[in-house]
Amino acid sequence: MKTFVCIKRVPDTSEAEVKVDVTGKDVDSSRFSFDINDADNYAVEEAVLIKEAKGGTVQVVCMGPQEADVMIRMALAKGGDNAIRIDDPRINVLDPLKVARVLASVIKSQEFDLVLTGCIANDDGSMAVGVALAEELGVPHAAMVKKLVVEDGKVKAYRELEGGIAEVVEITLPAVITIQTGINEPRYAPIRGIREAQKKELKVLKIDDLGLAENEVNAASSLVELQKLYIPVVVSKAEVIEGAPEEKAEIMAAKLVKGGLL
Amino acid sequence: MGDVFVLAEHRQGVLREVTLEMLTRASGLVEKLGGETVAVLIGSGVDSFAEKLAGYSDKVLFVDDPLFTDYNSEKYQKVLAELIKKYNPGLVMIGHTTQGVDLAPALAVEMNLPFVTDVIDLEFVDGKLQPVRQYYQGKVNANFAFKAEPPYLITFREATVEAAEPSRQGKIEKVESPLKEEIGYRRFIEYVEAEVGDVDITQSEILVAVGRGIKEEKNMALIEELAKAVKADICGSRAATDAGWLSHDRQVGTSGKTVKPKLYIAIGISGAFQHLAGMKGAKTIVAINKDPDAPIFSVADFAIVDDLFKVLPKLTEKLKELRG
Ligand SMILES: Cc1cc2nc3c(=O)[nH]c(=O)nc-3n(C[C@H](O)[C@H](O)[C@H](O)COP(=O)(O)OP(=O)(O)OC[C@H]3O[C@@H](n4cnc5c(N)ncnc54)[C@H](O)[C@@H]3O)c2cc1C
Ligand SMILES: Cc1cc2nc3c(=O)[nH]c(=O)nc-3n(C[C@H](O)[C@H](O)[C@H](O)COP(=O)(O)OP(=O)(O)OC[C@H]3O[C@@H](n4cnc5c(N)ncnc54)[C@H](O)[C@@H]3O)c2cc1C
Repeated sequence: MKTFVCIKRVPDTSEAEVKVDVTGKDVDSSRFSFDINDADNYAVEEAVLIKEAKGGTVQVVCMGPQEADVMIRMALAKGGDNAIRIDDPRINVLDPLKVARVLASVIKSQEFDLVLTGCIANDDGSMAVGVALAEELGVPHAAMVKKLVVEDGKVKAYRELEGGIAEVVEITLPAVITIQTGINEPRYAPIRGIREAQKKELKVLKIDDLGLAENEVNAASSLVELQKLYIPVVVSKAEVIEGAPEEKAEIMAAKLVKGGLL
Repeated sequence: MGDVFVLAEHRQGVLREVTLEMLTRASGLVEKLGGETVAVLIGSGVDSFAEKLAGYSDKVLFVDDPLFTDYNSEKYQKVLAELIKKYNPGLVMIGHTTQGVDLAPALAVEMNLPFVTDVIDLEFVDGKLQPVRQYYQGKVNANFAFKAEPPYLITFREATVEAAEPSRQGKIEKVESPLKEEIGYRRFIEYVEAEVGDVDITQSEILVAVGRGIKEEKNMALIEELAKAVKADICGSRAATDAGWLSHDRQVGTSGKTVKPKLYIAIGISGAFQHLAGMKGAKTIVAINKDPDAPIFSVADFAIVDDLFKVLPKLTEKLKELRG
């Protein structure tokens, strides 16, 4: 199996305050900490599990800045064979369809059986890149897969639907699968793997290397355009409990018991 | 602008609510922009859905063929592409659901359509349509403009509008299937129901819900103590079940269970819309989270903005004391 896995470097904003910058079209990301996207971490694990079971290779593809090399090396330490990072300011990274076009141009130039992506990026959450990538590659796909069984020349994919029901589909390879979190238990990179990863090939490419013209992937070529970003007004009817932590606990306990909420 | 197409979503004999929500929103759009609302129904043996949809739309385009007994992205994509070419609508709305996101991006690429996903609202600016979506799990909103000519394609988030009562009598137009035989590389096999566990949390009166904020499995002890003190069952966010702290049948949200307890205590849960969808019907919601901007507070009745590790032990102790 020749597997590609697409990973994205994303900020962890679950606890951070997000502020729109002065342009009104970007956010101030200077204080964010970054990591590999959650679902992509599972996709890497799935790719490595397939390689361990069936043999073959795992190639890591990432579009992002040099800082993403840390996450790429980590994927290599877990069992990836080599990596390609695309870093080119001409690409309109805001448009998931452009991201898909770029990823496709990397993969298309090589032989592949399986492409794994995450089903959603934690930060931008388009849920679009993987399925768009399949169309760009002209291969079938299944989105939001929570169990994957590789068979001869095909895969059985368990798509997770609303309510936790699975839709089982059979897909002929080559194909793109978008991976849902929880499909496996991502491993920690072994120390030896981390050392070896430093020696594995990591190519950095520009769109010219991919045979893409600027007007295929730049902002002008996008069919939608960001107008403005703003912090939504959240209307909360909540009664905010004030005080030191212990006081809050006491007040809340009293409200629950005396308010007949239990 | 042209007509608004809404793809009817159905599965296992059930027409999904998001369809009616989209048609409700679409009716508001055509009032402003002209054109008609058109429900696009692809299926087999779903005549009753066609009749229901007629109550919500000006027209129902009904592709009725045994080829479409079960959803299949490849076949749906073919049919939609043909219908869009033939009728040239202004806007095509597909649910931002597990079905919609499996279908829409490929259709957008195939037909080179201006495309925005997970749209929560559609605004008018200078007479032009601007889809609104969110980034950073609801912390930032973004308005987009469509640059090219219609048709435009969006996926629309569930439960952002309430479906209206049926008030139309649209005509049902049967369309011959553009597909004549099975195609493609993807085959539907079967549905597998979700696993059932020891406790049915949809029946629980009191739920203590745990999220990634507790950081480590060993901290589940804090949650268990609290749950014991108030005789609650324990459930959690997807992050908690993915981490293996809880079994999957205890997950609350779109891909888990929908719960309606008397009391829901959310601890270290950010409140992603997929989670909120499963619990906002709880009668009373208490949220403990150290981030004042966490979306969970938008549905909470009581907000404790603080470190859960400082609040929980005392909360449990005090509850035990008060309840004797
Ligand atoms: C204001 C703003 C500014 C932004 N600026 C930048 C920027 O400067 N640089 C930047 O890189 N992004 C930037 N983005 C992010 C960009 O909008 C999205 O990354 C892009 O549209 C892809 O969509 P998504 O991440 O929502 O993908 P989804 O469709 O949700 O992602 C699904 C999967 O696709 C794959 N994937 C997605 N992106 C990549 C990638 N880059 N490399 C490899 N695999 C990938 C992953 O496997 C991922 O799990 C910005 C976003 C905003 C809101
Ligand atoms: C198709 C799909 C379906 C999904 N279905 C579901 C679903 O059914 N249910 C679901 O829950 N999710 C679902 N998700 C995932 C969802 O988008 C979120 O990723 C998830 O809900 C996040 O879980 P969380 O709130 O526990 O974690 P996070 O978002 O990481 O939030 C953790 C919170 O803990 C707080 N915190 C951290 N430390 C402390 C502390 N010491 N004291 C107090 N607070 C603290 C933080 O401020 C943060 O708000 C789905 C996603 C997709 C793509």
